[in-house]
Parts: sequence; structure tokens; C-alpha cells
Amino acid sequence: MATTSTQPVFIALQANNDTLPIIEAIRQDNPQAVVHDYPAMVKIDCPGRLVIRRETVEEHLGRAFDLREIQVNMISIAGNVDESEDEFTLEWKSA
Amino acid sequence: MAAEGNAKPAKKLSLKENYALLTRGLGWEPSYEKKEDIFRYIHFEGVKIHDWDKWEDPFRLTMDAYWKYQGEKERKLYAIVDAFQQHNGQFNVTDARYVQALKVFINGITELEYDSHRGFNILAREFPGVGPRIAAQMQSLDELRHATTQIHTISQYAKYFTGMNEFPYQFDRVWYLSIPKSFFEDAVTSGPFEFIVAISFAFEYVLTNLAFMPWMSGAAFNGDMATVSFGFSAQSDEARHMTLGIEVIKFLLEQDPGNVPLVQKWIDKWFWRGYRLLSLLATMMDYMLPKRVMAWNEAWEIYYEQNGGALFADLARYGIKPPKRAPETIAEKGHVAHQMWSVFYANRDAVGFQMWLPSDEEMAWMSEKYPDTFDQYYRPRYEYWKAQEAAGTPFRNTTLPQLCQVCQWPCLFTESGDPTTLSLRESEYRGQTFHMCSDGCKDIFDDTPEKYVHAWLPVHQIYQGNCFLPGVDPTAPDFNPMVEALRYMGIKPGVDGGDFKGSADATNWEKWTSRPANIHEGAYTDAVRDTASPADVGARKAG
Ligand SMILES: [Fe+2]
Ligand SMILES: [Fe+2]
Repeated sequence: MATTSTQPVFIALQANNDTLPIIEAIRQDNPQAVVHDYPAMVKIDCPGRLVIRRETVEEHLGRAFDLREIQVNMISIAGNVDESEDEFTLEWKSA
Repeated sequence: MAAEGNAKPAKKLSLKENYALLTRGLGWEPSYEKKEDIFRYIHFEGVKIHDWDKWEDPFRLTMDAYWKYQGEKERKLYAIVDAFQQHNGQFNVTDARYVQALKVFINGITELEYDSHRGFNILAREFPGVGPRIAAQMQSLDELRHATTQIHTISQYAKYFTGMNEFPYQFDRVWYLSIPKSFFEDAVTSGPFEFIVAISFAFEYVLTNLAFMPWMSGAAFNGDMATVSFGFSAQSDEARHMTLGIEVIKFLLEQDPGNVPLVQKWIDKWFWRGYRLLSLLATMMDYMLPKRVMAWNEAWEIYYEQNGGALFADLARYGIKPPKRAPETIAEKGHVAHQMWSVFYANRDAVGFQMWLPSDEEMAWMSEKYPDTFDQYYRPRYEYWKAQEAAGTPFRNTTLPQLCQVCQWPCLFTESGDPTTLSLRESEYRGQTFHMCSDGCKDIFDDTPEKYVHAWLPVHQIYQGNCFLPGVDPTAPDFNPMVEALRYMGIKPGVDGGDFKGSADATNWEKWTSRPANIHEGAYTDAVRDTASPADVGARKAG
């Protein structure tokens, strides 16, 4: 893994039917992720790094998924962003 | 076409290649104008940029994808707002006190979206790099969308409640609305690099989460599905803007070591400016949400101390330190909401939203959330004011407060670590004395006094006689400066603001919904139906 940081990154998503499979994919690919439920909002914290993998989202969603679709339901993020076709990553570099 | 029938289809471009072609690939080198004549302001601040192509936009969002996803956001949002309007959603919120927070929103925050649209238009014009120009152009469109969706959503409330129908007029005239107005005008009259550090980094990346995540979640919790929808729809753009903020900082710091002290100075300044502005949300969260999700001090811990801590740990490798005045914000977190509410209450005859003293239930919540401050400093004050209301001699200020030359808040804050002493600072400039609310604001004034001496401070202007409508005669025997200043501001005394109990909003709410206007105080009027069963009512009458 690219980082040794344990500083929390987060992503917050609207709590709706579109984001359920994304949240499930995040849980599956990030065992250290902690999911907080708030009214209308889900905030997911993770130490150092959080990754959303297209393939995992597609497994849960049952159709092809463009990671840029996340933009529609994303409320906020913390961490440096890197995005490719296959992965959307949030990461802190320093401890 | 036949001639090309055997050609293989072109290889699908990767996201990164596609992004490069649709951003950098759209730029060109000027041939008949000099670059410095086209990009006029980028040397003004002393920032050094050696290679604009080093700019990385991590979202790799191209214009075609931008329109597609923004269109989808708009369709979702307007469907919800339509449903809300058709179903009289304005009557499904917790109570009519909640609506007062929307007055603050439309009058004080929506115009900032529009100002932000203007600011990013300037950046989209002035930055020589194609990547940041396109990012600024998208953000400019986003901000216009935020303004229009907010106006459209809140217009439904404006049909039924007071104080929301004059927002562009009031933004330029109401004394406390100069706080947000001066904030953004300070930013937009800076150079392009200071503006983007101020708004994209210090305000959007470091601070807006703390306002919009818990507050909008609170709007949902109070049944306002229209506001939470525009709020989170705007935040979905905000996540992209925040990324622009952190990229800008990294880009500036990596381009030249000489940029580090400039960036640090702007972070220190705009963190403080942004914090002072957003403290308004502290009162909106703690006092104006009848059902609460989180207290201001908890939000500050999560979104500044924890997440800001992670951010500044990450930036330490560039030599960037956390904002200079961050310790003061932590020291104030148990006080700021209570101090602001007190000042608004005392000046309620001159504000455009209605005020009330916190109920017993709310004070119990505050004691629990603020164990180190509420019972000691603020509960006694509210209990005293409640007793005065009960005695028929309610406390009210009949003069306007001293404003800070920089943030334009009334000088209402106390010394860090001494909540019984008001914090007042002053500086001399060209033989005149200027007043500030804090060390953070004094730092800013002292760095650029020649800018802040021009501040249009509404209270000063009112007392100098510059805030009356045409034809008003200050020498007339029945001239009342306060009444005339309120007319100039577009505030209808006793209608838009004043006491919540007995207001048009409270009375109409009970008439239209048959529910109490304040869920903690029971019915103000007979319009509230007794919802107990007939047997209970009969038993009560008999008893
Ligand atoms: Fe915005
Ligand atoms: Fe100030």
C-alpha cells in the first residue's frame, strides 16, 4: 500500500438507493472503514487511504458503472484524490 | 463509409488521455498578442509559476462529462423540489422557528454563491494554464446553479413566510449582511491566487464541510426535504471544488519555494475570515434547528480538529503550518453560538428574522453538550431575560453595536480563556483609530490597513446619516433614525424580525397547520387543535 499514514480520510454520500451498492463496495474493499449514518447522509471514515473499485461496485450494482457517476451523490471528501477508470482513491501521505 | 470499411475502430482513450485532449488540447499559444497583455494580474501578487502544465486535476472531468452529470443532478433536484411544492412541504417542517434559519440562508448565503460565480469567472479568464481555467469555468457554472436552485427552492417558503422576498436588496443594505458581503468582496478584490487560496482552499476545503454537512443533515432531520436536496446537490459540486482547493495549494507550493510564505499568510488570513463568517452557522445549528443532529463544538472537533489536523499533517512536508489563529477557534467553540444568539436577541428589533429564548428542553440539551460553558455563563443570562419577559419588561438594545473593521461582526466575542471579558483590539492608521474584534482580525488589518480603512461599516454609515431613503428629513421633529434606517434596509419592524411569539409567522403557522409554532412551548393560539382523544379531553374537562 502506498501510504503509511493513519490520518483519517473520508467520503460522505447521500443516503439513497443509488449509493447503497457503492457503500457496500467500500465496506468490502476497505476493512478498516467505519460507516456513520446521519439523517440523509452516510459518512465513511478510513485511516490513511480509502479506495472505491469499479469492479466491486459493478458486482453489487449488477451493471456497468463509470466511477465518475459518484459525483452525482457525493457530498464531501477529505484526502488527496486520484481517479482512473478502475479506482477512485482518497489518501493522506504523511503520518 | 465504404472506403473506410476495413479500418479498425479507434482504440478507446483512457480517462487520462481523454482528459488531456479535452483540456490541455484545447489551449493555444497566442500569436499576435503578448501573454502578459492577456493575463494581466498573475504577477501582481508575487507568486512564481514556472510550468502551468504541472497542474494536475485529479477529477479528470471533461466538459462533456460535466454537462452529463450536472444535468442528472438538476433533474433529480428539481423532481424533489417539485414534489415538495406540490405537497405543501413547507408545512411539514418541525415548526415555524426552523423557517427563520431559511431567512438567514436566503438573505446571507445565497448571494455568496452568486459572488463566487463572479469570482470564478475572473479566474477562468485570468489563469494562463488550461487545466485550472477549465476547473474555474466549471466552478463558475456550479456556483450560478447553487444560487438559482436556492432561490427557486426558498421561493416556496417566501410565499407563506415573511422576510425572504427582498434578498438582493437587503444583501447590500442590512447591517449584519455586510458580514458575508464584505467577506466575499474582500476575496474577489484580491489577486487571483489569493482569491483561489481564500475560497477554494481555506473556505471550501477547510471550512465548508463543517457548515453544510451537519447543517443540511439537520435540515433533513427537521423534515425540509427541499433544502437538504439543494444543499447536498450543491455539496456534490463542492467535493470537486475542495479538490481544486487542495490541488491549488500543492501546485503553488511545488512551483517555487518563494510561494510558501505567501500561501501561509493567505491560509492564516482566510481561515480566520472564513471561521468568523461560518460562526453564523454555529447559531443556526444550535439555536435554529428545533431538532438537532450535532452541536457546533462537536462539528468543530470532527471537521476542523480531526480532519483539518489530517490535512495540515499532510501539508507539513511543504513547510505549511496549521492556521495561526486555530487555537482561538478551539478555545471559542463552547462560547461562540451562545454569544451570537445573545447579540441577535438583544438587537431583535433590527434584524430580519424572529428571535426567541431557548426553551427548557433546549437549555437542558445545551448543558449536556456544553458542560464546561453553558450552565456557568449562558444559562443565567437566558433565565434572567426570561424573567424580564415574564415581568413584561423584556430586554432590548435600542442602539446598534460596535462593528469590527475587518469581519464586520459586532465586537461580541470574548477573550480566549476569559469568557467574561469582551475582546476588543484597535490599530492606528494615519491618525485614525480602527476597532477589531480579535487578534485574528487585527493581524489582517495591520497587514493591509490601506484596504480595510475603506470598509463600508453599516453601523457607522447609519449613524453618519447615509442610510435613509430619499426624501427623509433628519431635521423633522418626529424623525426617528432607527425607524428610518430599518426602512432603508427593507426590514419591516415587527413583521420580518422581532419576537417570534406573536409574530405573523408563528400565528399563521398555527392557523395553517394546526400545530404549535414552537414545539417546546405548546400552542400560542386557539388554532392549534387538541389532538388528545375525545375521552381524554372529556376527562380533563371533568377533572
Ligand atoms: Fe457554491
Ligand atoms: Fe473581526
